[in-house]
Amino acid sequence: MNSEGVQRAVQRIAHEVLERARAEGSLEGLALVGIRRGGVPLAERIRAEIGRASGVTPPLGTLDIALYRDDLSHRGAAPVVGPTDVRFPLEGRTIVLADDVLYTGRTIRAALDELVDFGRPRRVWLAVLVDRGGRELPIAADFAGTRFDVPEGHDVQVRWRENGAAEDSVVVREGGKP
Amino acid sequence: MIGRHRHLIGLEPFSREEILEVLDLAVSMKEVLSRPVKKVPSLRGKSVVNLFFETSTRTRSSFEIAAKVLSADALNWTAAQSSTTKGETLLDTARNLEAMRPDVLVVRHSASGAPSFLARNLDCSVVSAGDGAHEHPSQGLLDCFTLRERFGSLEGRTVAIVGDISHSRVARSDLHALPKLGAKVRLCGPPTMIPQGVEQMGATVHHDLRTAVAGADAVIMLRIQHERIGDPLIPNTREYSKFWGLNARKAAEWLKPDTVILHPGPINRGVELSSDVADGPNSLILDQVQNGVAVRMAILYLLAGGAGEGSRAGKA
Repeated sequence: MNSEGVQRAVQRIAHEVLERARAEGSLEGLALVGIRRGGVPLAERIRAEIGRASGVTPPLGTLDIALYRDDLSHRGAAPVVGPTDVRFPLEGRTIVLADDVLYTGRTIRAALDELVDFGRPRRVWLAVLVDRGGRELPIAADFAGTRFDVPEGHDVQVRWRENGAAEDSVVVREGGKP
Repeated sequence: MIGRHRHLIGLEPFSREEILEVLDLAVSMKEVLSRPVKKVPSLRGKSVVNLFFETSTRTRSSFEIAAKVLSADALNWTAAQSSTTKGETLLDTARNLEAMRPDVLVVRHSASGAPSFLARNLDCSVVSAGDGAHEHPSQGLLDCFTLRERFGSLEGRTVAIVGDISHSRVARSDLHALPKLGAKVRLCGPPTMIPQGVEQMGATVHHDLRTAVAGADAVIMLRIQHERIGDPLIPNTREYSKFWGLNARKAAEWLKPDTVILHPGPINRGVELSSDVADGPNSLILDQVQNGVAVRMAILYLLAGGAGEGSRAGKA
């Protein structure tokens, strides 16, 4: 997927979120939380798009799930822990949790555990840019930019301008991370 | 693992990058302490044993809280309640504790080298919580963290360390860490309390408090240990206080207005530090205590997290 495709996908997600929030009367209580690092640019862009379309810019937070991983004892070194920043109360809010790629669902499980330690949101929706299949947990995306099955052993890489890429792209590569 | 190390015995063998790895992680750990639920599951199922042969409230509680916030189980052993009083050797005590399969053993001992001895003889990661007059590495790291948090960077900053340098493991750890982060260190105290040749560690030595603190960005005041008072090193507390203690008058005349004051605690109020300075606006003493928990969380996470050599899971 190229830069234009990414932009269209993000816009579509933002409008679907907006439509559903309006339908359920939860636009005022909407907030976005991006999972570091790939989910943060997605959350930022959905937020900006919702702000443009509705005039209401929801608050934004970031989660780093390193401290909530379930595979600590399977990895070599302890994973790098980045900043988590959730400054608004979650009580009563509709949280849109955003990540770049949905695969096994384990990252989302960790993010949900971390999120509820910050408070009790009214509901949580999951928005991802790519749903690549291969779930190992009963987790599904509410909003997905694109869905396609990628076999195990392949790696889906989302590159964002915000994270230093020349332009946005989604690339599937054989023999990615083990 | 912290860089190449699976133990934290002292900061002497630690590189600048290894020290920064702990300090950077401690920033994230400090954020955890400000959350509504101050607990993360990262060290669930790991255990940390605190083995303290010397009394300590601050350091032991700090390691204990750090372990608990990370969901590790913490067990405290203090010499007063242990079989050391019945004549058990250090190695036997430690081997018995090790049979309970801790992931990290935190040790404080009056003998320099005790943690290093245990690290050589045990399989778990060993963290020194202070040994004799050798090092107190977690204190050195939290001093660096506190100063870096205040200044952004330690590059080009001047830090004066005042007190009984000879017997201070805090001074030694600070001295091994601060210059690696770019700070200039001045040491000040009675001539009887400054080790000979300490200049070779990259510090300048002063015997006059006024010149030592002039233009300094930070002053670390060390606790004057009661057991030293009256012995030939210093005649009495009044004399010590007069020459090497810091009070509001001296601070106002000799320090830059924004010079920060640190102290590893516990403070002898009125001896090395007067209350108006210890509780004053430039005092970072309570920040140090809070940062101590964050820094110790980072240490435990790096040593017990992951499946490195230092953890049980890696060997299973």
